[in-house]
Amino acid sequence: MKLAEVRNLAVGIVVALLAIAVPLVSDGYWLSIATTAMMYIALSTSWALFSGPTHLIALSTGAFFGIGGYLVGTGMSDYELDFWLMAAVAPFVAMFLALLIGLATLRLSGVYFVIFTLGLAEMIRNLVSWIQNNFLGSRGLYVLTDFTDAHIYWMLLAVAIVVFLTGWWINRSRLGFALRIIGNDEEVAKHVGIDTAWSKVTLFMTTGFFAALVGAIVAPRYSYIEPNVVFSPQLSFLVVIMALLGGVHRLWGPLVGVIPFTLMWEAITIFFPSSTTLFLGISFLLIVYLIPNGFVGMFESGLARLRR
Amino acid sequence: MMQGEPILKISNLSKRFGGLVAVDDLTFNVREHEVMGIIGPNGSGKSTTLNLISGALRASDGMIVLEGQDLTVLPPHKIARAGVARTFQLVRILPKLSVIENVIAGAAFASKPRWGGEAELFASALLERLELGDKKHLGVDSLTYIDQKRLELARALASEPEILLLDEWLAGLNPSELQIGIELISRLRNEGRTIILVEHVMDAIRSLCDRCVVMNSGKKIAEGTPAEVLSDPEVVRAYLGDG
Repeated sequence: MKLAEVRNLAVGIVVALLAIAVPLVSDGYWLSIATTAMMYIALSTSWALFSGPTHLIALSTGAFFGIGGYLVGTGMSDYELDFWLMAAVAPFVAMFLALLIGLATLRLSGVYFVIFTLGLAEMIRNLVSWIQNNFLGSRGLYVLTDFTDAHIYWMLLAVAIVVFLTGWWINRSRLGFALRIIGNDEEVAKHVGIDTAWSKVTLFMTTGFFAALVGAIVAPRYSYIEPNVVFSPQLSFLVVIMALLGGVHRLWGPLVGVIPFTLMWEAITIFFPSSTTLFLGISFLLIVYLIPNGFVGMFESGLARLRR
Repeated sequence: MMQGEPILKISNLSKRFGGLVAVDDLTFNVREHEVMGIIGPNGSGKSTTLNLISGALRASDGMIVLEGQDLTVLPPHKIARAGVARTFQLVRILPKLSVIENVIAGAAFASKPRWGGEAELFASALLERLELGDKKHLGVDSLTYIDQKRLELARALASEPEILLLDEWLAGLNPSELQIGIELISRLRNEGRTIILVEHVMDAIRSLCDRCVVMNSGKKIAEGTPAEVLSDPEVVRAYLGDG
């Protein structure tokens, strides 16, 4: 291992240990914010595994997250199945859906891909609502478990750690390198022997897997689940904004964006509960215009200027 | 170097774009260790032919066979793995990758993939041979035009291709760079590589090509050594008009 890798690993372990201790030292309010932040860390980091190198902005996180939450809800509420079973099944269902979406969108690039993923997420939300309302009777689902916020926080932390390890492994692998080449020039990628379709679908399935896993773990937090709540388009946008704020060209970039944004978002929902969408739009514009490469990009270009 | 058996066989190849026939019933073979030139006036279908061989375009008719393997309907990445490497008419390097990463990109997904330390050593040696050795850790935005061309060539060579397609690789070079460029390709030729080059620079064709195919309006109008084809009356007519 190179020196920089040892250093990164050491920093990672220290951060993870500090994160494990959070529930032991914080009260309910701050733990609840930390849990939300941990959820977005896992979601944004896994989102950036695909969208970072390929520059394809996927707005389908809400759909995969929703599948996780909804399957846990319907499994426990309607069929009296075990939480763990549903949490284990949901990610694979989402992966299969990601495969279908991936195969359908292979030829789409840029803005067409964005719109397609957004439209598809909305379609799934409406389809599930419709099936729920017309065939399954009850509109809401109860997810009753013994989990405390601390349990959920630790489970999310475990997922986040796995996401980071996966990302670290992908970045060192030929698959990660293939994705970077695709993001640079897809035509060249094909002509050096990269199966661009397969590479993109594999990464997209990975992000779908983690989003559904997070959705499943978070479900007990809601207690009461409605398709319209868990299949949230706003969540898809928040994940994108936080990742962009931090910077998507480094594995730890989204993490740097999630923490300040979660705090700011908390303040916005407290002080301006009826205009959150407005603030969402404004913050998106500000990030894209003022810090296009995120905090990490700002930090790195500042560092480069200092060294010169 | 002695030329061997034909390794690339192109038979009755056609490409139609709507009503336009860009390549029309083209047939020729390329032998091992041979440098084959494709020449002809603008719009005669030379680049289209390269794009058909590399899989960037799908043929409307005909066959492309490399060492017994039918490439005609394969996607570009499979053609690349079968041993076809190319450069592009407008130089295409990977802008956010370093110089050496650009070369590793050519090696990592080839039929005999190289990765990790092995790929770095291999890419470094290749860059050294193309006189880019001292620039290997730079970003590509610091490269001059001819260095970008060299880098693209290094990426193509990194896959150790059976056949190398150069699409106007010498275009845009100034006179002194042109000499360096011709010298470079002639070194590849002496190494015994099999090359198809689409070129406008007549000096390069005369000094580099063993044989040429001359195209006009998508059709082959002559085939032979550069001296033969360039004195062919039909070729002269295609270039200069009936006058």
